[in-house]
Amino acid sequence: MGNWVVNHWFSVLFLVVWLGLNVFLFVDAFLKYEKADKYYYTRKILGSTLACARASALCLNFNSTLILLPVCRNLLSFLRGTCSFCSRTLRKQLDHNLTFHKLVAYMICLHTAIHIIAHLFNFDCYSRSRQATDGSLASILSSLSHDEKKGGSWLNPIQSRNTTVEYVTFTSIAGLTGVIMTIALILMVTSATEFIRRSYFEVFWYTHHLFIFYILGLGIHGIGGIVRGQTEESMNESHPRKCAESFEMWDDRDSHCRRPKFEGHPPEVVMHPSKVLELQMNKRGFSMEVGQYIFVNCPSISLLEWHPFTLTSAPEEDFFSIHIRAAGDWTENLIRAFEQQYSPIPRIEVDGPFGTASEDVFQYEVAVLVGAGIGVTPFASILKSIWYKFQCADHNLKTKKIYFYWICRETGAFSWFNNLLTSLEQEMEELGKVGFLNYRLFLTGWDSNIVGHAALNFDKATDIVTGLKQKTSFGRPMWDNEFSTIATSHPKSVVGVFLCGPRTLAKSLRKCCHRYSSLDPRKVQFYFNKENF
Amino acid sequence: MGQIEWAMWANEQALASGLILITGGIVATAGRFTQWYFGAYSIVAGVFVCLLEYPRGKRKKGSTMERWGQKYMTAVVKLFGPFTRNYYVRAVLHLLLSVPAGFLLATILGTACLAIASGIYLLAAVRGEQWTPIEPKPRERPQIGGTIKQPPSNPPPRPPAEARKKPSEEEAAVAAGGPPGGPQVNPIPVTDEVV
Repeated sequence: MGNWVVNHWFSVLFLVVWLGLNVFLFVDAFLKYEKADKYYYTRKILGSTLACARASALCLNFNSTLILLPVCRNLLSFLRGTCSFCSRTLRKQLDHNLTFHKLVAYMICLHTAIHIIAHLFNFDCYSRSRQATDGSLASILSSLSHDEKKGGSWLNPIQSRNTTVEYVTFTSIAGLTGVIMTIALILMVTSATEFIRRSYFEVFWYTHHLFIFYILGLGIHGIGGIVRGQTEESMNESHPRKCAESFEMWDDRDSHCRRPKFEGHPPEVVMHPSKVLELQMNKRGFSMEVGQYIFVNCPSISLLEWHPFTLTSAPEEDFFSIHIRAAGDWTENLIRAFEQQYSPIPRIEVDGPFGTASEDVFQYEVAVLVGAGIGVTPFASILKSIWYKFQCADHNLKTKKIYFYWICRETGAFSWFNNLLTSLEQEMEELGKVGFLNYRLFLTGWDSNIVGHAALNFDKATDIVTGLKQKTSFGRPMWDNEFSTIATSHPKSVVGVFLCGPRTLAKSLRKCCHRYSSLDPRKVQFYFNKENF
Repeated sequence: MGQIEWAMWANEQALASGLILITGGIVATAGRFTQWYFGAYSIVAGVFVCLLEYPRGKRKKGSTMERWGQKYMTAVVKLFGPFTRNYYVRAVLHLLLSVPAGFLLATILGTACLAIASGIYLLAAVRGEQWTPIEPKPRERPQIGGTIKQPPSNPPPRPPAEARKKPSEEEAAVAAGGPPGGPQVNPIPVTDEVV
C-alpha cells in the first residue's frame, strides 16, 4: 500500500483537482441559473433543465479546452525540458498524458449527454408553451414577440405555433453546430476504441482529425444568444419577484408591473420622406468607427441576402443606425415590412462593422468634406462625430473649421441628411459657434422652374428647397473659386480634403489641391484623401 | 490502408448508434414529448441493433478480441446465415431502421449515427468483406497418461542415440562406477596429470 501511495500520489492529486474543478463549475453554474432573478421568467417556461444544460455547457467548455493540452507534443516536450530541475514526479506525470486525454474525453461524452438531454427537454417545454392557449404565465411569456410592436424582446425562440423543434434545431446556429459537433464527437470516439486503434490505426488517426470541426463548432455554438435573461432596466422597472404573480395585469395601464424585456434590443424605426428608412439598433459588444459599414440580413425577406450599408451614426452615440433607401427588391420589401403597423417587426441580423475608419478627418485643422450623391452617407457619421467631439472639447480633435460640400441631383432621397444639417445648425447657434460648420449644397439636377422659385424667394432667410440657412446653389461647384477662398481665409493651415464620390470629381479635386498648395511648407497646404467608404 | 477492414469500425459505430437510439428513445418516452411513440420505436430498434452488432466478426488477419460474453449472441446471429453474413444486407437494414427515428428530435442523432454506420457497412460490402463468427477453439482432450514418458535408462554422460539402441547390462554396471568405457576409444592416451 505504501508503495502505491509513493508512486501514485501526484496522479491522484491531479485527478482530484480536475474532478473538483468540474464539480465546482457544474454546481456554480447550476446554482446561478437556478437561483438568479435574471432568469426567473426563463425558468418559468423551462424549469430546472435550463440550469442543467448551462452547467454541463460550462463543464464542456472547460473540458474541451483541457483535452487539447495533453496531446500537444511540442508543449509536453517543452515542459519536460524545462522541468529538468523539477521533481521526477512532475515529469513522470507527463508520461500519462494519453490516459488523461481519454479521461477528459469520457467526461466530455458524459456532459454532452447531459447537455443534449437537458436541451431536448428545454425545446419540448418551449414548444409546449408556444402551443399553450391557457393564458398561463408560460404562454404569455412565449408570446412576447408576437404582441409587442417593438419586437426583438422575445424569450421563446420558437416564434410561431407551426414551427417544429426540428426546424429550430436545424436553422439556428446553436442547433446546427450542436448536431455537427456531436456527430464528430461520436465518430471520433467509435474510431478510437482500443480494438480499432490497435488493428487499423489509420481509421483512428484520420477520423480523429474531425476534432477541428468540433472545436470550430464549439466556438460559434453560443453566438445566437438563445438563452436570455431579463435586462437590467427591465428588472429595475418590474422585478420578477414582485410582478410574476400579477402577470394577467401586465398590460393594464395602471399596474406597476410592465411586460418584462429580455436581452436583445428592438430596433427603433424612423420613416423619413421619400421612402428612406432609418434603423437604430443596439447589439451587445458592437463598437464602430466613423465611416464603417455593416452587412444586414433580414431572414423573413430573404434568407441568404446580405446587403452592405454605411453606418450613419457616430461612435459616441449609444446606438448604431443605418439609412436605407428603396433601391431594389430587397430594400423595398424591407421598407414595406417595417411600415406595417400591426405585425411584428422583422428580425434583423447584422455583420460587421467593416471598412477602414476615417480617423484622419479629425487630424486636420481645416477639413473640406465633399460628398457626391450617395457618398454623403459616411459624412453623416463623420459630421455627427465631429460635433460630439467638439461638444466634449475632445483634445484629439484638431479641427477648427469644416467646409462641407454636398453635391446631388435632387435632395428628395437625402432629406434625412437635411434634417441632420438643420439640427447641427441649430445646435451650433445655441452654442454660439456658428462659424464652425460651413456647408454648401449644390443641386445638379435643376430646371428652370426650380431656378425661378429660387430667384423669387431670394430674400428669404432660409432656403426654399432645404429649409437651411445656407442657400442652395445650382449646378456644379467651381472648385477653383472655392479653393482660392479657403486658401486666402486660412493662409497658414493644413487643409485636408476628403471626397466620397465619382472618379472625375476626384481628379479635379486633386488638381486643385496641387494648384493651391503653396510651395512654402509653412503656408497653406492641401492634402487630398479619396476615401472608399 | 488497403488492409483496413471497414466492417470493424462500422460495427463499433453501429453499436454506439444503437445505444444512442435507446437513450434518445428513453428520453422521448419518459418526457412524453410530442410524437413520443417514435421514441418507443427507437428503443426497440436500438435494442435490436445492439444485439445484432454485439458479436464482433472475425478479422481476416490476426487475432480478434472478443467482446465479453459474445459467444451467446454469436450462436444466434450465426443462425441467420447469409442475412447476417452479408454486409449489403446489414447496410440496407440499418438504413431502413434509422429512418423512422429521424422524425423525432430526441432520436435524430441516433438516425444520423446509424446512417453513417450503414454507409461504412456499404463500403465494407463493396470491398467484399463478410461477417465470420469467431468460433471457440476446440479444447484438446488431454489423454490420460499421454504426457508421461519413460525416464531415461542411462545416466549422464550418455552416448549418442545409435549406441543406445542396445543397452547392455555390462555397460550399465561399468557406466555407473568408473570412467566411461564402451565404444569410446581415445586415439591419444589420456593421462591424468593431477598429482
